[in-house]
Amino acid sequence: MKINNVILRTVARVVVYIILTLAVYLFLAGHNNPGGGFIGGLVLSTAFVLLFIVFDIETIQKALPFDFKKVAALGALLAVGTGFGSFLFDVSFLTQAFDYFDLPFFGEVELTTVTIFELGVALVVVGVVVTIILSISEDV
Amino acid sequence: MSVSTIAEFIAVLLMLIGAIMALISAIGIIRFPDIYTRSHAATKSSTLAVLLTLLGAFLYFATTTGFVSVRLILGIVFVFITSPVAGHLITRAAYRANVKLADTTIEDELADVLKEKQQKEGK
Repeated sequence: MKINNVILRTVARVVVYIILTLAVYLFLAGHNNPGGGFIGGLVLSTAFVLLFIVFDIETIQKALPFDFKKVAALGALLAVGTGFGSFLFDVSFLTQAFDYFDLPFFGEVELTTVTIFELGVALVVVGVVVTIILSISEDV
Repeated sequence: MSVSTIAEFIAVLLMLIGAIMALISAIGIIRFPDIYTRSHAATKSSTLAVLLTLLGAFLYFATTTGFVSVRLILGIVFVFITSPVAGHLITRAAYRANVKLADTTIEDELADVLKEKQQKEGK
């Protein structure tokens, strides 16, 4: 279905970047502030849903050639993988670790393995939400 | 009066004006006759109300606690961009669904344009 609403298309191009910025911010802020993988993934999927609504589904699927079911599977694999990664250090399942590192640009940063787990959660949320929206939007 | 007191006063004033603006917008939605004038009241004045309230909150936190909230700035920009477009889409959908204009309307220029376009496509 083609629509010729120039205002909506132009504004959506700008607004998508604000939504993506907010999604990344919420994802990274999750350790010490409100936010985290679930809400970051939801905001990220609203950016995709906005693109799917404003432009064609075919156009966006050409521009973003992911299979969102595989994205969800990759997220689940990542989350379980961090759980099994703790076995390498001879501790129990899903034990999390953190340490402080001096990165060249950011200064002293606390890096945790919870972030990788949260990345898995975010990918699962994005994959599931976009898959649901795409499957109910298609005509049978 | 110190600087932070003056800034706090300005922030309170901005939030009060924002609240009054939201009330005016709500009264406009109730009292206007058709969807187009209602959306005129709903988009413009409530956008300004939200912008003033967010700006007041931003100013308050920036001066009293020294916390510059990027989220509030992003919210101001986001609402300023999206809310008029939402109003535009609602009125456009209403016009395409042939919602009648108010009885006091004297001119509908879009109707002529659309009729011309339909005749051209008919040929």
